[in-house]
Parts: sequence; C-alpha cells; structure tokens
Amino acid sequence: MVEDKSSQAVIFSARALTKTYLMGEVEIHALRGVDIDLYAGEFVVLLGASGSGKSTLFNILGGLDSATSGDVRYQNRLLTGISDRELTLFRRSHVGFVFQFYNLIPSLTARENIAIVTEIADNPMTPEEALERVGLGNRLDHLPAQLSGGEQQRVAIARAIAKRPAVLLCDEPTGALDSKTGIRVLEVLQQINQELGTTTAVITHNEVIGEMADRIIRLSDGKIASIHGNAQRKAPKELFW
Amino acid sequence: MNTVLTHKVLTYKILRESKSMLGQLIAIALVIAAGVMVLVISVSTRQSIEQSQQHFYQQYHFADVFVEVTRAPDDLIRTIRQLPGVNVAETRIRAGARFQLEGPVNGFSNRFADVGSKSFAEPIQGEIISLPERSPELLNRLHYLVGGPPQLGSQLEVVVSAPFAHAHQLSVGDSISAVLNGRLQRLTISGVALSPEYIYQLSPNSILPDYERFGVFWMNRQALASAFDMDGAFNSLSVTVQHNASRDDVMLQLDNILRRYGSRGSYDRHEQISHRFISEELSQLRVMAIVLPTIFIGVAAFLLQVLLTRVIHTQKQSIALLKAFGYSSWQIIRHYLQLTNIILVLGIGGGIALGLLVAEPMAQMYAMYFHFPEFLFALQRDALVTAILITSAVGYAATIRATAHAANMAPAEAMRPPTPARYQRTWLDHPRIAHWWQQPTRIMLRNIRRHPWRASVSVVGIGLSGGLLLLGSYQFNAIDHMLDQQYRQHYRMDLEVTFNQERPQHSLSTLRAIPGVSYVEGFRQVPVILTHERKQWRLALHGLPRESRLRQVGTSSQPLPTAGVVLSRYLADDLSIQPGENVSVTLLDGRQQSLTLTVAAVIDEPMGLGLYMDFDHLNRLLLADQTVTGAWLLVEPDRQAEVFRQLQAMPAVASIGQISRAEAEIRTYINNTVLGVMTVMFLLAGSMTFAVVYNNARIMFAERARELASLRVLGFKKSEVAYILFGELGILVVLAIPLAWAIGVTFAWLLTTAMSMDLFRIPFVLSPISFAISALGVLLAAALSMLLMLRRVWQLDMIQALKTE
Repeated sequence: MVEDKSSQAVIFSARALTKTYLMGEVEIHALRGVDIDLYAGEFVVLLGASGSGKSTLFNILGGLDSATSGDVRYQNRLLTGISDRELTLFRRSHVGFVFQFYNLIPSLTARENIAIVTEIADNPMTPEEALERVGLGNRLDHLPAQLSGGEQQRVAIARAIAKRPAVLLCDEPTGALDSKTGIRVLEVLQQINQELGTTTAVITHNEVIGEMADRIIRLSDGKIASIHGNAQRKAPKELFW
Repeated sequence: MNTVLTHKVLTYKILRESKSMLGQLIAIALVIAAGVMVLVISVSTRQSIEQSQQHFYQQYHFADVFVEVTRAPDDLIRTIRQLPGVNVAETRIRAGARFQLEGPVNGFSNRFADVGSKSFAEPIQGEIISLPERSPELLNRLHYLVGGPPQLGSQLEVVVSAPFAHAHQLSVGDSISAVLNGRLQRLTISGVALSPEYIYQLSPNSILPDYERFGVFWMNRQALASAFDMDGAFNSLSVTVQHNASRDDVMLQLDNILRRYGSRGSYDRHEQISHRFISEELSQLRVMAIVLPTIFIGVAAFLLQVLLTRVIHTQKQSIALLKAFGYSSWQIIRHYLQLTNIILVLGIGGGIALGLLVAEPMAQMYAMYFHFPEFLFALQRDALVTAILITSAVGYAATIRATAHAANMAPAEAMRPPTPARYQRTWLDHPRIAHWWQQPTRIMLRNIRRHPWRASVSVVGIGLSGGLLLLGSYQFNAIDHMLDQQYRQHYRMDLEVTFNQERPQHSLSTLRAIPGVSYVEGFRQVPVILTHERKQWRLALHGLPRESRLRQVGTSSQPLPTAGVVLSRYLADDLSIQPGENVSVTLLDGRQQSLTLTVAAVIDEPMGLGLYMDFDHLNRLLLADQTVTGAWLLVEPDRQAEVFRQLQAMPAVASIGQISRAEAEIRTYINNTVLGVMTVMFLLAGSMTFAVVYNNARIMFAERARELASLRVLGFKKSEVAYILFGELGILVVLAIPLAWAIGVTFAWLLTTAMSMDLFRIPFVLSPISFAISALGVLLAAALSMLLMLRRVWQLDMIQALKTE
C-alpha cells in the first residue's frame, strides 16, 4: 500500500537501476533493476539485510558510484552518464552524507571538519550554526578523538547539513552507537528534516527506525521488496531497541 | 559559488598531518637534501676556485705565454714588443738556487731533522726570480701579504713565497742563506708574497707541493744579474697576447726569434705547472660536479617519486571522503601538492643550508693547496635552479599522478575495503613445500607476490641507496689500493737523491760508501716535450737501469726494452699512440735536439705521467757517457738519520726525497680533498639508505595496519605480527643487496672513467670491504627502521584499526 505522494515534487527518481561489480573473482549483482522515487522534504527509511543492495543504491543516488545500467534523475536532471566534474558539483551543492563510522578527519577540530565543506559550498551556514543545530555549540574546538561516538556522529550530521543540501543521505547513522546515543542522533536528523525541509534518506537494518519515517522502503536481494507509508510517525524518543 | 583558491581548513589538515608524519617527511626530505647538497658542494667548490683563480689572474696580470732561454740580450725586448699580437712583454732572470735556514723551526717533526739540531738542516731547493727595480712588475705581479719589494738597489733583500714563509714561520726581517751560482749570501726578507704563477707551488718534477723543501724567491734584477752573470741579458720571458690575436702565431714568432739564444720552446698557460695543476683539479671537480649530483639527484628523484606515490596511496580514504564532499580532483591534487611543497621546502632548503655549511670549509680546504690573495666563495645559481626544478618537477609529477589516480576513482569504490587479491597457487604452495611455512610466513610471502611491482620498486629504491654507499666506500679502497700499488710496487727505494748537475755514474760510489746505505741505483732525468701528431706534453723522461730493483715500471717486473720508450697508458691514450708507433721527443736540456723514438710498450701506472727508457740507451742517445742526475737508495732502517746527515753535507746533492714522507703527503692531500668530498657523500648515502628503508617500513605498516590488527584480534602474538611486517621488509632488503652491489659497481665505474687525470687515475678495483659496507649499511638501516617501528607494532590498536575505514 503506497501512499499517494503525487502532490509533492519528486527529487530523486531511479529507473531500472542495476549494479554489478567484481569482488576478487566473484561477480556481485548488487542491484537488479531498482525503480524508486524520493519526494521533496520526506523522511525515508531504507530497510534491508546486509547485502541487500541498500548501500549501493545510496552510493549511486549520492553520486559516489555509477550504475551499471538504468537511469537516475535528480530534480529531473539525468545523473547517469554525466562527467566526473558535473557529479562532483552535484555532490558539492545538493547532497549531504552521513556515514556509519562518521568519517571525520581526525586532524581537524569539529569546527574545521565542517569548514572543510562550507569553504566550497555556495550558501552554507556557518560551522558554528551547524554545530548549534546538532546541539554541539559548546564543542567547537574539540578534535574527533576528544568526542564520544554520538557526538562525532552529530558533528558528521552538522557537516552534512551545513551546506543546506536538498538531500541528506545517511548510511547506518546509528550503526556504531548504543540505543540511547542513537536516538539522540535520530532526533537531530528529524529536527533537521522538519526545520530545514531537507529530504532525508536513512539506510538501516534496524526495523525500529522505520517507525519514525514517512515511508519505509525495503530492499532484498538487489530489488525493492516493498514500499509503504507510515500513517502514524513516532517520535525518535518513543523508539526502543 | 565559493571559489577560494586556498582552503584554509585543508591547510590545517595538511599541517597537522605533516606533524604526525614528520619522521617520514623528514626522511623523504633527506633524500632530496642529499642530492641538492652534493650539487651545492661540488659546484660551489669548483666555482669558488675558478673565480678566485680568474680574479687573481686578472688583477695581477698573469702572462699568457712563457719562454725560457739560456741567455738573450735585453735589447731583444723591443723587437718582441713589436711582434704582431703581443700585448705586454717582460723579461726577467730566473734561476735555481739552494737555500739554507738557520734557527729554530717550529712544528717540524721529521725524525731526521730532530737529530742534533733544531734548525731545518735539510737542503731547500728554490726558484729565484728577478723583480724590475724602478717600477712594479708588468706581468705576474706579486701580492704582498707582509712587507714589500726589496729597496731600490738592494743586493741582499729577498721576497719569499707565502707558503714557504708559513711553513718555516718566516717574516719580514728574518734572514735566510742562499747559494746563488755557488756563492753563499745571507739575505734579509723584505716581504712575503703570493704570485699568480705559483698558486700551486710545486718544485719541478714533483707532483705534490713541499712547502718546507721548496720555495720561490724574488730579488732585485740587478742583484740577480750580477750573481748569475746576466748583466744586460735575460733568460726568461713572459708575454700576454692581444685579445683577437692567435696565441699560436705569437708563440711561433717567439720561437723563431729566440731559437739562437737557447730557447727551450715557448709554452702557454696550459703547460705552466701551477696553472696545469689547478686546471687538473678543476676538471676533476667539474667531473664530480656533473657525475655526483647527477647520480644523487637522479636517485633522489626516483626515491621521491616512489615514496610520494606510496604516501599518497595510504591517503586513499581521505581523498575519497573529500571527493564525496564535492571537492574536485584538481582541488584534491592541489591539497596534496601542499604536502609535496612541505617536503620540497624541507629537502631543498635543508640541502642548500647543509651544502653551504659544508661547501665553505670544503672550498677552504682546497685553498690550503691553492694560494689566492682572496678566496671568493661562490654559489652557482644556475645549477641550484636546475636542481630545484628537477626535484620539484619530479615531486609534483609524482603527487599529481598518485593523487589523480585516487581522486579519479569513484568515491564509493575508494572507500570500499580493498577487494581481496586474486591468488594463484604456485610452487611455494605445493604441499611438500608448503608445510615448511607457518601461516605468518605464508602471509608474508604472498604479500610480496601479490604486489610484485610495488615490491620491485622498493627493492630498486633500497638498491639505489645501497649503491651510493658502495660508491662512497669504493673511493676509499680504490685510492688506498692505488697508493699501495705506487709505494709498494713501483717505488721500492727509501730515498731519492737528486744532484745539482749531471754527474758521472762512478760518482755513485760516494753514496755507496755512506755507512747504512745498503744499495744504490743511479738514474737520469731529462725534461722533454713529447709530441705525437698535434698533441704534446712537457714532462720528464726517466732513464733507469734495465733491471732496476728499486723502481718497477708497470705492473710486471719485466726489464725495460733495450730500445724505444715506455709510456704510461694515460699518456698513450691522450696522444692516441700504440706500441710500435713513433713519437717525437724534444730534449729541453738546452740543446733543443729532437729525436724520433719508437714506443716499445705501454704500461699501467696509477699516478703521474710516466715516460721511461733504458738508462744506457738514453745515455747513448744523449751522447753522454754513463751520466746520472740522481740516485735511489736503500737504507738500513736504524741508520737512516746518519745517512741523512751525511747526504746533507754533500755539496752535489740538490734534494733528498724521502719516499715514505711523499706517500704520507699524498695521502694527506687526497684525504683532505677527494676523500673529504667522499666522506660527505658516504654519510649522505647512509642517511639516504636509512630514509628509504624507514619510509618503506612506515608505508608497509600503514598499508597493513588493518590486516595486522585483524591478526591480533584472531589471537596472533605481537611478535608474530611483527614477524610478518619485518619479515617482508627483511626479504626486500636481502633482495636489494645484490642489486645495490650491481648499481654501486656501475656508479663506481662511471666515476672512475670520468675522473682520470694527470695527477692520478683511480683504479677500478673493488674491495670486498666495499661490498660488505654497502650490505651492512642497508642491513643497519633496516634494523634501525625496525627498531623505530617496533613501538607502533606493539601499540597496534586492534579495535580502532578494525572500526575505521
């Protein structure tokens, strides 16, 4: 049962997307014909087991990887087949990434880790503002090693949103965190989604997180298994795992 | 869009990361520094000497052409000055004389002289030259360090050459006795001076200066004219040639005019002793300034490219991340170029600083042998710019290539854990062999096999630096071998005595009669010009007994041929002459007789320019009856002092040369000059070897940290993990050693071929010690690197390494 979203603008649309790559001598079919639309301002959770192809899909949508076949459109612009330079500009202006292992640059402070993005963005918020939004206004000059895992992930979120992206792509953002810290991170994501209207896609294998989403998309074996909307979204603090 | 060119944050990133990789960066910088330093040292030493020489020549009017005659009338100068092409001409009187010093001599430790008297009792040979009385010299002017020329009309004042004055601590007002044309005179020193003619002060027929036993002296023209019966006459002429005139034409005209006055043939600067030796030294330095920096900068460039490529390779994840954020490839490349800049600044700056630090004392060391009024220290900008351009270009190219490679990967691909490598089973995995290996060994061997290209690049890198080590130590051993050959094989006498004039052979019995002298052999030396086709050499023709016991010619102890001359290979090669061909020999003993002689044999001699002939044959050619000009003596070791004293008392003895002292002197000279440079090279090669091996270890560790941490998680002991890492390094190092030998031998051959000159030819002789030093240097560098790496292996953070991608 798919909720009618036709009133909202489609921000991402993928058609017949496939991806195969070689892992040593094994050919991996990560995606086997995926059709998907993401709408402006929605909070989507992509659920799937390990190896279901969710990270691959995420990488292709975010312009980190290219598809073997099929089309990806972002706001009606074709992303497949465009040059590396255009893809770079696309990432620079439109997409924010949050990774499972934060991927902060250990040699830079929280503020500088954000500045690394704001320095090349068009209309960014200040690093201070970004950190304020994730509740870390008092940790500006801490190096990653001086922050807890949850704090590091919030810095990573601040870094992702500082350029005011249209889309926030989060790959297992709570995967390396305990549930309490994880919920704090989800609260921040929801707050950003609501305050800035950023389309947010969260990849996870944690079913519970789906309960806070507008839509839940399940992937299995490189294909979309199901898409369904949430009639009643839960607040992150109501979640438990 | 925000298009800031410099990203401040990225600069912080690079600076902080550089701090954590400081050891590694310094090691890479060291490699560049070594190359640049070698260049600075060799180029600036040569340049300094050359500039000081040119400056001295210009300021003090060093002549272009020289002629020695027996006696020519002063009036002739008018004719000479009017010859086309002649710019300035000046006549003078020049003669050999014997000097004697009385009074204490400080700092002199010769054991012969220590006996009995404190004064310098040995005979001193001197060259005495006239000074014009009413005006300063036109040519070959003196630079007075102390005092000035003799007073007008003074018959008893003398100017002494500075090296001689320094050796004996003489100054203005001190006195010295001279035997001028057989008459003993006591002279007072009026000045101590340097002359452009004697920058390298050498007595005739020796190859090394002896400041105690040979000096140059200047007196008023009138005083010398009366002493040598040269009133209204001259026996030496100096000429400068006009800019656009042909020097050969001027020389031809001078020879025509002066032939009937007993001319020994005009010669230009190239045959002037001091000039020739400086030229020799300069050409040697020129070779070193080309060959050594080329080798060092070439090696440094290769290592720089290897090391940078691998350092950047370990940053693959960071590059992918920046890429994911939307940084363009070019922005990322520029970011890593900053890292390269840090290395280049450290390396080039360090190289120049160290080079300047060493170059100045190095150049000063040469200044001990070359006496200039002022030593101009120079640093050649062109060479420096070239070195900077080459190293920077290589550094930038390597950075751009390595970064672009990582940046052009799709970020997701770069962030993905490396795909497991494809393995193929090889003979190493055959069950019969495989059971020899424990798992760690298997991992180690497969790591090497998995990256054959990377392993070979490491091996070549270590091999190159090890090759430089061999080159460094080769010089020491080769020179040692050369001196041993010269002084054990060719020169077997204890003393060489020369007479102040030709003497009949039977007079040698006087020498034989000296108690303590066990054996005497006479020889005859004649100054000649050797000509073949268009090339000519001024040197001494040595007539020695056919079966000399004290002087072996060539490597075998075969007797000299009864007819014809024997040439050293260096001379034969230069004249392009083969045995059996004819060579023209012009005698310069006043008679200007030209002989055509057959080259009977060509022999290998490491030092000097050898031209030999059977003593009897030479005497027959000279129509002289068994005449000698000197003798070689064997002396009973415990009676040397006595023999020495007796020889000094003989009026016929002009000089006494002690072979062991000559050997010591030449060793000092070589130690101070060539080996000075080589010591620096050797230390640099050592540091380079360490830098390369240490960097290899660091990069290997960075590449394997995850794998090694995983092994620790699986229960491997720290020592087992260390074994995998160090074992791999060890195998590479062991493979690199034979390569280092091969590379080192090639370098040594290149240098030897390039550095062959009049004074000595370094033989291409490789001692096992050189091979051992090269191997030990590489092994030591490996051991030291491992020791430094041990801490990292011990503190390997299992959790962190597994968590962070």
